[in-house]
Amino acid sequence: MRNTSLNKVHELAQKDSRVVFIGSDLGVGTLKAMKAEMPERFFMEGVAEQNVIGMAAGMAMDGLIPYVNTIAPFITRRCYEQVAVDVCVHNLPVRLIANGGGVVYAPLGPTHLAIEDFAIMRALPNMAVVAVSDAEEMKRLMDASLDWKGPIYIRLAKGGDPVISQPTDDFKIGKAILRREPGRVLMVSTGATTERCLKAADILAEAGITAGVLHMHTVKPLDCEALKALVPGRDLLVTVEEHLLAGGLGSAILECLVDCGVTLPKVKRLGLPDSFTKEYGSQDSMFETYGLKAEQIATTVRTALA
Amino acid sequence: MMSQESAIRQAARQAEARPLDNRSKHLRRLVVEGLLGGGRGHIGSSMSPIEILRVLYDEVMRFDPAQPKWTGRDRFILSKGHGCLAQYALLVDKGFIARETLGTFCKKDSILGGHPEANKIPGVEASTGALGHGLSIGVGMALAARVQKRDSRVFVVMGDGEINEGSVWEAAMSAGKHRLSNLVAIVDYNKIQSYAFTDEVQPLDPLPEKWAAFGFDAIEVDGHDVEALSKLFRELRYDGDKPTAIIAHTVKGRGVPFAEHQPSWHHKNKFTDEEVRAIAAALEDA
Repeated sequence: MRNTSLNKVHELAQKDSRVVFIGSDLGVGTLKAMKAEMPERFFMEGVAEQNVIGMAAGMAMDGLIPYVNTIAPFITRRCYEQVAVDVCVHNLPVRLIANGGGVVYAPLGPTHLAIEDFAIMRALPNMAVVAVSDAEEMKRLMDASLDWKGPIYIRLAKGGDPVISQPTDDFKIGKAILRREPGRVLMVSTGATTERCLKAADILAEAGITAGVLHMHTVKPLDCEALKALVPGRDLLVTVEEHLLAGGLGSAILECLVDCGVTLPKVKRLGLPDSFTKEYGSQDSMFETYGLKAEQIATTVRTALA
Repeated sequence: MMSQESAIRQAARQAEARPLDNRSKHLRRLVVEGLLGGGRGHIGSSMSPIEILRVLYDEVMRFDPAQPKWTGRDRFILSKGHGCLAQYALLVDKGFIARETLGTFCKKDSILGGHPEANKIPGVEASTGALGHGLSIGVGMALAARVQKRDSRVFVVMGDGEINEGSVWEAAMSAGKHRLSNLVAIVDYNKIQSYAFTDEVQPLDPLPEKWAAFGFDAIEVDGHDVEALSKLFRELRYDGDKPTAIIAHTVKGRGVPFAEHQPSWHHKNKFTDEEVRAIAAALEDA
């Protein structure tokens, strides 16, 4: 997904002279082809995220469209004031591509995990927050990003994620995609958790429970229309995210439904508790710890319906 | 070298002994109009960079008040946004904004807040106020000019307290790396930050050496000497291979004798009319 995203930056830069790439201190050979082809629009600026964001803002003020890439906590927490003031106050078309969203970097420990990125990014006025499910959907997002007026935070998944998106999805930033028609249950998920929810829906179907899956790739601006249309009439609403329960997708969904006056069905929010992670392992093993594996999601749904 | 530096510092420190000319007084009157309008303001911080801004706007920068977004303009960023009354004075003087606007400073529907906002004020490039942001934005603008093959230059004025921020030095490294000769970083070195003298809070010397070590041509100047500033900016090579750092030795509160060199005059949020009259009167005698 990361390679797909960055190769798309190169492709966008080939067709639009406003596009530039800024990395911090990425891996050897990152976007080598772009660097060779257009060195004047390729920047690798070192471990200095505050400067990277301010510099991107300065470029955007003069008409460029910077795609910035580094590891998620360092493009959010480390330079939060620059993201807020330089990028969001000025509402500039800066794109923040965040490696290792959620618990992808499980082996590296809590310094490298982005488990609060939705919360802190969506708290910023003007910022769009997007977490696609797979590399094919990433291509569609990158195409859509070019002409988006304001800033976008793009959370990357692990890479090599199963492709569940489809060319016929009519991908639009801010428009949720209904992956499975709901019955008694509607699951709403984003990023890598949508694939787990689809599997959970299969498991539930075998048990005779129809569970829908709404892929909310855009956490902000949230597609309230889809929620207003799909939530009423369900027995159970489940929100699933690779993120703290505080301030993420589930919070955003409940805010939207309450503010719109929708009568809430029973709600279960699945995600990480109010704690920094205490183990290493892998993204999958962390999903197991936090009840985000497909089988666990299905069990949670069955229990909640019982 | 040291003796020359000392001479510049010495001259700046004694700037209050020299009378202000009419233009410098006029610009400071505009600052006072803002203070009077808002009943508050960073007076010390707005008085120290007046001559720097005066020379930039009068003699150095290319701009068009009728077309504030003219692509070919030079960019000016007041990174020490709290000194905004100095910039507002120049923007009024150059016709970007109406003089009456100063009377609305910090009022509910004013375009002029206690820190400058780009989306409200013609001629303001970047909203500043949070310190340590302007130089990185300036680096981005200087690089954008290079990408877009424009000869625009970028001038960034920072406070001395502001450069305590680590982000300033990230930006300095970046400017040095990219050899941004179209970027000029100016430190309004009035030796006082909010709490106390910079030497007490966070000593900065040797300041020119610091900037030079980051890849800048570092030059000291008496920041109240209009002729020296004019000569310096005229002789800068904007097409060389290094960014420039100007360490401008200034006097905080310059022009208001009882505020000069006084940390307590960094910011005031309760001026009585009487105090404002005293400031105005003192300025006339400066």
